[in-house]
Amino acid sequence: MNVALLIPLLPLIGFLINGLFGKKLSKSLVGLIGSTSIFAAFICVLITFANFISGGSEVQIVKAFDWINVGDTNLAMSFQIDQLSLIMMTLVTGVGFLIHLYSIGYMHDDENYNRFFAYLNLFVFFMLLLVMGDNYVVLFTGWEGVGFCSYLLIGFWYKTPEYNNAAKKAFVMNRIGDLGFILGLFLMYSEFGSLDFTGVLSNTLGHDKGTITAITALLFIGAMGKSAQLPLFTWLPDAMAGPTPVSALIHAATMVTAGIYLIVRSHALFDLAPDTMNFIAIIGAATALIAATIAMVQNDIKKVLAYSTVSQLGLIFIALGVGAYSSGMFHLLTHAFFKALLFLGAGSVIHAMSGEQDIRNMGGLKKALPITHLTFLLGCLAIAGIPPFSGFFSKDEMLAHIFNVNPVLWGVASLTSALTAFYMFRMYFLTFSNDFRGTHEQKHHLHESPSTMTIPLIVLAILAVFGGLLGLPEFTGIHHGLSYFFGTSNDLSSLTRSFEGDFHTTELILMAVATAVAIGSSLYAKKIYFENKTLPDEPKGINKLFAGKYFLDEIYNKIIVKPALLKGTVMQNFMENKVIDPAVNMFASLSVSAGNNIKKIQTGNTGFYIFGIVAGVLLILFANYLIWFR
Amino acid sequence: MMTLILLALPLLGLASLFLLKGDAIKKAAFGFSALTFLTAISVWAQYDATKIAQFDFDQPWVKSLGISFSVGMDGLSILLVLLTTFLTPLIILATFERDFKNPLAFYSLILLMQAGLIGVFVAKDAFLFYIFWELGLIPIYFISLLWGGENAKAITFKFFIYTLAGSLLMLFALFYLYSQTPGEHSFAIQNFYDLNLSSSDQSWLFWCIFIAFAIKIPVFPFHTWQPSTYHMNSTPGTMLLSGIMLKMGVFGIIRWLLPVVPLGCEQWGFTAIFLSMLGIVYASFIAIVQKDFKKLLAYSSIAHVGLITAGVMTGSADGLRGGIIQMLAHGVNVVGLFFAADIIFNRTKTYEMNALGGIRTQAPWFATLFMIVMLGSVALPLTNGFVGEFLLIKSVFDYNAIVAGISGLTVILGAVYMLWGYQKMMLGESNNLTAHFADLTTNEKAVLIPIVLVVIFTGVYPKPLFDLIEPSVQSILTVIGK
Repeated sequence: MNVALLIPLLPLIGFLINGLFGKKLSKSLVGLIGSTSIFAAFICVLITFANFISGGSEVQIVKAFDWINVGDTNLAMSFQIDQLSLIMMTLVTGVGFLIHLYSIGYMHDDENYNRFFAYLNLFVFFMLLLVMGDNYVVLFTGWEGVGFCSYLLIGFWYKTPEYNNAAKKAFVMNRIGDLGFILGLFLMYSEFGSLDFTGVLSNTLGHDKGTITAITALLFIGAMGKSAQLPLFTWLPDAMAGPTPVSALIHAATMVTAGIYLIVRSHALFDLAPDTMNFIAIIGAATALIAATIAMVQNDIKKVLAYSTVSQLGLIFIALGVGAYSSGMFHLLTHAFFKALLFLGAGSVIHAMSGEQDIRNMGGLKKALPITHLTFLLGCLAIAGIPPFSGFFSKDEMLAHIFNVNPVLWGVASLTSALTAFYMFRMYFLTFSNDFRGTHEQKHHLHESPSTMTIPLIVLAILAVFGGLLGLPEFTGIHHGLSYFFGTSNDLSSLTRSFEGDFHTTELILMAVATAVAIGSSLYAKKIYFENKTLPDEPKGINKLFAGKYFLDEIYNKIIVKPALLKGTVMQNFMENKVIDPAVNMFASLSVSAGNNIKKIQTGNTGFYIFGIVAGVLLILFANYLIWFR
Repeated sequence: MMTLILLALPLLGLASLFLLKGDAIKKAAFGFSALTFLTAISVWAQYDATKIAQFDFDQPWVKSLGISFSVGMDGLSILLVLLTTFLTPLIILATFERDFKNPLAFYSLILLMQAGLIGVFVAKDAFLFYIFWELGLIPIYFISLLWGGENAKAITFKFFIYTLAGSLLMLFALFYLYSQTPGEHSFAIQNFYDLNLSSSDQSWLFWCIFIAFAIKIPVFPFHTWQPSTYHMNSTPGTMLLSGIMLKMGVFGIIRWLLPVVPLGCEQWGFTAIFLSMLGIVYASFIAIVQKDFKKLLAYSSIAHVGLITAGVMTGSADGLRGGIIQMLAHGVNVVGLFFAADIIFNRTKTYEMNALGGIRTQAPWFATLFMIVMLGSVALPLTNGFVGEFLLIKSVFDYNAIVAGISGLTVILGAVYMLWGYQKMMLGESNNLTAHFADLTTNEKAVLIPIVLVVIFTGVYPKPLFDLIEPSVQSILTVIGK
């Protein structure tokens, strides 16, 4: 058996053990099984990775079994091992393991501990299907599966209706995107006659341009749902109802990057659809900016991070829209490191604060939570784009590519980055500096988290600090790790865009500007929230718009949800009960009375009876039909 | 011979019930239906994919009229016989902890209906098909009338009028087709397939036959008997109707409509697909606003079978495959869901979703199994619902992309009403009604676990089913394309 098959299988086994028998096992055993299955999968990924490199970086297809295999539809449950899937697999199992480890401590007092680990394992299983599948249907299976696990985990504390609503909202909004995705698949299928990556992506020549544009646009609609882009992003902030490790794993590091993975995987198609690419860049820019402005006025520590995630994903989509796939992947990785770190850090804070999430009631946590504080600060420095932390390199690379294609988009992206540095340090200073503002009781309980929680923080902090080494800028003359790695593949080498002519000077200038902006807005946040000790008050002016999240939920409710319910009610109360049903009843009673009349003219001719019944029934149905279609 | 055994076993069981009393009656009914299922499994094992006609039995019946007792099974028949014989014992098992007045009559009718349904799926003679069709219907009238709830009389009457209308239209069409057969007229299916009728004949014949099947499925706007009939019926009655009986309609389209009047289907195919699409959207929207879980299931069933009908009416290979696979999936899932509704009603005496809540805390087994069946129903990949729905939407997409896009709304709306319903009943805090909700009994597990296993296994590995039906699909395509 190929070791690659073990990679998704191990989390599935973990899910089955904890799901079926977890109630009978001790908590420590449940946590051990849950984490070990992911760690073992991570080891298998490393082995596969090593085999791949030593095998000359040849793409491997590993087939598990035939799935929907009938006629000319040949969909197998099979996996593609190449540079792109290996990177994603390493991320999913590596960060996934750290978050499982963290959960042992974080969820320790929860009565449904086994259920939590079962769901988390199941999520990793589906996420691995998503990134490993060698055809779009296996990808779609993982896609739907992670959506479902996200539903389960957002609503993990199912006794609170609000959480259930958030879970349902997430699932339904994802499904809106999924409809686009699946229609894109069928269009792709009828155009290419295949849904295998090789069958589609190696045969992109000679197709109708409009069709390719339609396929890519439909796929992007799917990506909008899963990766929380306008107009389908409002589910992600609500998804913070789930336990914090879930927010870190699903809603920051892995699942929400699925849309990016989908586009990078299908870049051969997207390259042929400049209209779709422009559209992606514009949606990304709008999402990045809107989410960043909302994040500036949020006071819930997890909500700030959620909007920040939406905003950062938007930045990556701008990069994808200008064709800088490799840079997008780079930022996807560094973002996974520092955003998982920040979420877990926030979880550690919430843990210490006995469930408090409002940063206005925090402050001064520096002393009580030294490890959490230090790692959180490193995370903030990374996401703010301060050199030499990881976010600086990945963001800078994206910005340079965006500038190269469209300076206006660069302007939007830079503004977003400035806002990012501001709201991150606003959160940092409000949480960790100055005096404690919580209750006396909370102060008494303040404590650093156990080592199962702080070890993942430290590992992630190291990644957040040094992750930039994966892709040092061109002018350093050092091989860009990620681009080089993609370059070893024929199919993926075009992921990397190189700059035309001498771009080094421009790149250096852009870098200086970005650094100045990042440091400037961080210092501005420091001045307001540290030196002046300002506390956020009731939003005024334009902040009302930001704090109200641009009132998108209210708008959707008014233009989509309410009309849909109304439509259902009208159909039920009017069409069904007042039109179609009385009509049927009327004709039924008519035919009975007609039968009574006919009884009087009995002729004894059976043929005539049959004819009469058939004619009468025809008349009923014809009238029924007319009523309906007039 | 195997076909005859399959037909005879339920009837034999029926006869034996008259010798028994008390609890022995339901046990014997279960025993015979389980035996029939085992027989069906052995038929599947003996099935030879290289031959179309198998397990044939042909005996002249009314020679002067060209009617013969001709039965046999191809892959399509076997699949539906498997569905029927798998579900009947489960439906009987589901009644074990419920009391039904006059059990002798009740279980006799169920077995009689099973025989009729098997007959419909194996008949190779049009007249015989019609006899079995009616034989399948008569028991369900009585089950509806005698064991139904409020308004049983009026609702059953409406159902009766509807199906009678359909049956007569079909009978009329069958007689006409018979009169067109060459030489000594015959009702043999092959003779119907060999007819070369003019397209104008096929045009009106299409409607006569289609309406009969459309009422049974039901296809919009012939559906208004369905919600009230499902809702009023006893749980076994609803399960028989939704799980098995409506498949008679889809089966009829595949075996008796598409290959018999191919030109008519070509001419009216779009209209039929359009109606199905309207039904999907219409029923889904109504399902969203239902307050009663059983009604919600009734409307969701209309939406699901609408997609099956649309796919099958494309007359394409994938439409047929998807339709056939989805018949199995829908049958299994809908029986599971109605059983879940029954379990809830049995403990709380209500189907009102808003009155419930928090059941999950009290009944984790029930919550999990119910959830998995629901996932099959919303067609999550790796469940049985996905395989069929994938092929169906694909076939409709190839036929008309816009219709597919609109039909695809079921992907969204299905998730909306199902999750909503589940949330209202199962999640949240429990209340007075649900605070002492008992988890599943052994007997209830024995019904739900096989269903859940089928949901997962046929979703993960549907290949044996495809192998079973593919020869039938190909032969039907050959006849259509003649």
